[in-house]
Amino acid sequence: MSFINYSSREINCKIVYYGPGLCGKTTNLQFIYNKTNPDLKGKMISLATETERTLFFDFLPLALGQIRGFKTRFHLYTVPGQVFYDASRKLILKGVDGVVFVADSQIERMEANIESLDNLKLNLAEQGYDLHKTPCVIQYNKRDLPNSAPLEEIQKVLNPSDMPEFEACATTGEGVFETLKAVARLVLRDLKQMNR
Amino acid sequence: MNDTQLVMYDEDFRKILAVVQRLVQDANAKGIFVVDRNGQLIAEAGEMRGIDTTSLASLTAGCIAATGGLAKIVGEEEFPVHFHQGQQDNLHMTLVAGRIILVVVFDDRSSLGLVRLRVKKAGAELAKIFEEIRKKTEQEQAGGAGTPFSEITDEDIDNLFSV
Repeated sequence: MSFINYSSREINCKIVYYGPGLCGKTTNLQFIYNKTNPDLKGKMISLATETERTLFFDFLPLALGQIRGFKTRFHLYTVPGQVFYDASRKLILKGVDGVVFVADSQIERMEANIESLDNLKLNLAEQGYDLHKTPCVIQYNKRDLPNSAPLEEIQKVLNPSDMPEFEACATTGEGVFETLKAVARLVLRDLKQMNR
Repeated sequence: MNDTQLVMYDEDFRKILAVVQRLVQDANAKGIFVVDRNGQLIAEAGEMRGIDTTSLASLTAGCIAATGGLAKIVGEEEFPVHFHQGQQDNLHMTLVAGRIILVVVFDDRSSLGLVRLRVKKAGAELAKIFEEIRKKTEQEQAGGAGTPFSEITDEDIDNLFSV
C-alpha cells in the first residue's frame, strides 16, 4: 500500500522479496545495500537467528530519485524463507506494492521453489490480491552453480504466465539491480494506473 | 493493488502534527512518532532529533504485526497497547483506528499513568483525522481525481533509472 505524502512531497512503496529458504533474498538486499550511494539508503536491518537465517525480516529503505517533484522511496523487505515461518511471511506481505520472487536455480531446490511460489499465491489471495495482477518479477538466482537447472525448464515450471524474469548471481550482484529496477518500474506503473 | 493507499495532504499533516506536538507537552514525552501500520513514518515531534526514524517506523510496524498475530492465536482481535520498559527510556505504543501506531518515548520526567491518560485523548483525535483522510482518499479514487501520478509517463519512470 503506497503512501503519498504531499507535505514532504514523497511517495513510499513497499517491495517484498519472497522465495524458498536459502535462495538468496537477504543476499540481494545486502548487495543493493553495499553498492548504493550512502545518501540514497538508510540503515539495513536484519532480524536473523544466530546462524544468520532470517527470523522475521530484513529491511532496507532506498531512495530512487524524483518523479514530478516527488521523492520516490522504496522500502525493501525480505521474508523468512523456511517453511515453518509462514505466519511471519503473511504479516510482511501486508500492504505490499510489488513482489520479487527469488527462485533457487539448483535442480534439487525445484520442489522448494514450487512450494514457495504456491505459498506466495495463497498468502496474497488471503489478502485479496491476485499474483497475476500484482507487480511481480521473478529472479532465477544462483545461475553460476554447476547444478543449476536449464533455464527453459525453470521457466516452464515457475513462470508459465511470463512475468518479467532475470537470471542472477546475487553473491556477485549479477542481475540484482536489473531485478530491482524492473519491479520498481512495475510498481510505479501500477500506481499511475490506480490514480487514473 | 493500491486500493487502500494513504494520501496525506499538507493540511492533514498540520492537523496531525498539532496533535502530537500537544501530546509531547501534555505527556512530558521525549519523543512521539506516528507510524503507518505498514511501517511508514507519518509525523514526529519532541526532542529525539537525529535518531533513525525510518528503522524505528519499520520495526514498530513489525512489532505490532507480530503481536497482532499472537493475539489472533490466543483468540483476541488485537493487543492495541504495548509498553516496553527500559532502564532510562520507555516505549508506549498504541494502535489507533486499526491503522496508525502512536509511539511515545518517555523517561522518568513522566509516568506510565500520565502517558496512558494523554494518549487516550490524542489517539481519539488522531483516529478522527485519519478517518477523514481515509474518506477523502476513497472519494478521490472513486471520482477519478488526478494526482501527480496519474500524469506520469513511462518516460518519467524510465528517467528514474537512467542514472
